[in-house]
Amino acid sequence: MAKLNLLLLLVLIVCALGLVTSQHESRKLFTGLEREQERARALEVEFGQLQLESSTWGLHSRVEKIAAGTLGMRAPDPRRVRMVEVHGEQKK
Amino acid sequence: MSAASLPMMIRLPAWRARLAVALLLAAFVVLAGRSVYLQSMDTGFLQGKGEARYSRVLEVPATRGRIVDRNGEALAISTPVKSVWAIPEDVNATPAQLKSLAAMLSLDPRELGRKFAEGEREFVYLKRQIAPEAAARVLELGIAGIHQQSEYRRYYPGGETMSHVIGFTGVNDTGQEGIELAQQAVLAGAAGSRRVIKDRLGRIVEDVESIRAAQDGRDLTLAIDSKIQNLAFGALKAAVEAHKAKAGAIVVLDVRTGEVLALANMPTYNPNNRARLTGAQLRNRVLTDTFEPGSTLKPFTVGLAIETGRITPQTVIQTSPGALTIGSYTIHDSHAGGNAGGAMSAAQVIQKSSNVGAAKIALSMPREEMHDMFKRVGFGIAPRLGFPGEAIGRVREAKTWRPVEQATMAYGHGISVSLIQLARAYTVFARDGELAPLSLLKTGVPAEGKRVFSPEVARALREMLESAVQPGGTAPRARIVGWRVGGKTGTAHKQENGGYAAHKYVSSFVGFAPVSDPRLVIAVMVDEPSAGQYYGGLVAAPVFSQVMQGALRLLGAPYDAPLSPIELPGEGDEAKENT
Repeated sequence: MAKLNLLLLLVLIVCALGLVTSQHESRKLFTGLEREQERARALEVEFGQLQLESSTWGLHSRVEKIAAGTLGMRAPDPRRVRMVEVHGEQKK
Repeated sequence: MSAASLPMMIRLPAWRARLAVALLLAAFVVLAGRSVYLQSMDTGFLQGKGEARYSRVLEVPATRGRIVDRNGEALAISTPVKSVWAIPEDVNATPAQLKSLAAMLSLDPRELGRKFAEGEREFVYLKRQIAPEAAARVLELGIAGIHQQSEYRRYYPGGETMSHVIGFTGVNDTGQEGIELAQQAVLAGAAGSRRVIKDRLGRIVEDVESIRAAQDGRDLTLAIDSKIQNLAFGALKAAVEAHKAKAGAIVVLDVRTGEVLALANMPTYNPNNRARLTGAQLRNRVLTDTFEPGSTLKPFTVGLAIETGRITPQTVIQTSPGALTIGSYTIHDSHAGGNAGGAMSAAQVIQKSSNVGAAKIALSMPREEMHDMFKRVGFGIAPRLGFPGEAIGRVREAKTWRPVEQATMAYGHGISVSLIQLARAYTVFARDGELAPLSLLKTGVPAEGKRVFSPEVARALREMLESAVQPGGTAPRARIVGWRVGGKTGTAHKQENGGYAAHKYVSSFVGFAPVSDPRLVIAVMVDEPSAGQYYGGLVAAPVFSQVMQGALRLLGAPYDAPLSPIELPGEGDEAKENT
């Protein structure tokens, strides 16, 4: 009887330690998850800022100025434009 | 020891000892009972106390939705910033620290000192909405009593080009103007909160529960096409500056879907830097201002007369001697000299913009019918775009019209409309007789219209309006290479102190293209051009043609006109009109 009790006590201790370990593990993982989520948020913010930047650099007025000024581009003469129709698609 | 030395023992009554024991026992019973109660019955109390040691409720911030144009280009984005604030009582900084603090926040040191000196205030913002890195540097100074808080700031890459459509938000991230205000409910997010367990180092180790999920604001896709918008704004700005005008406005509508592709105003402002804003800059004239449209209303009068079978486009109307007297009022034609013949067809009334002709046509119809037609094309009715402060305009009750008023209304005097109402009304001609519903948000599908004129009448009007931009019409400068356009000029005297101002005009042009299958309606209005020219055909029509040419190219609309360059008539050759 005493032997069985001793055995059960041992099992109990192992179980308790296991519980503690797994709890610790789960918390560690959760901290990791939290960190990744934080990173995701930061990336989201950065995405917004980059979008803002791309919008600012890609401002039509700026593109137009560079195209016309620095690159010497201009809209083609309508006589040199050929319209093509896409077949099988509703004409727009 | 002292008791032992007492010569005589004092005998206390036995009940006192028993009472003391009983009281002690009773106290234990109470304690035991309380602990049983706390442990097994009122369990929440102790658990709550325990949790308070490690669990925290965190706010989960929500971001305001983005605003993008129809092609997904960002027009308004929120990005996190920090606000630096202080509790003046707690601030205890050395003069050197104060100096570097002032430099970092680019504040005047004296002003900073004043902020701290305001004794009765417990909370003072030092600087709102600065870059997170800048706020971090401020906190590194380590001055007690200085804190930061996270906020969102909204940026508008389009700047002054888009400001009147989009509007802006205040410091508290709520919409103040434009779409930001109109769509506040959609754009605004709702901050949430959650309960977590934090460890000794402040790291979150367990998510206990989500009290309220954060709801990010939804993104909004506008009907605006930023390329066309930029084109429209640029052309309008150039015209307003060239003609030294007080203000100007332009709106571009997609005929099929009723979407507003561009909407711009002058003067404007930069929503990213709103210091020294005036009311004039904020005004969205396209939507909130009304004006007497002048001649741009003539096609509706003629259209109604044709629709009801009273005239045909060929009906001859006698306009000589270029004036028509009704009661004590005389209606004049400004171009009578150039066209002394005086007998013109209904189509020529539009082409030459004859006031007398339009008045005569109007007087052949009952006033109720005209009133009804004005209402059906949307005048005197809010356009219901869901925009703050939309003007309704003024169309008086038919029974109050005197004959002379009915005659002047035929050419757009005595009635007031907003530019967007005018542009929308022209969709009737562009859409074969149907009035398109408008939308500021992208719909992308053809909209169902309301029939006003029959398709035959609308097409006949289109032909007439095309002749108005031909040589001999009032606006040859509205023509473009490659596409047939149609439209009408307006040059109206401004109303002032109950009368008409002699030398103040509103020049306008409304038109559509391509005539064979209209895609766009563009309405331009220039308020008080004062550099010499004021005719709609000279001031507003060139803006129209510039924007129309570029926009049709962007849309890839098929050509329907010969591609030869347009020869502009010499100065003075154009038919002038005075309404």
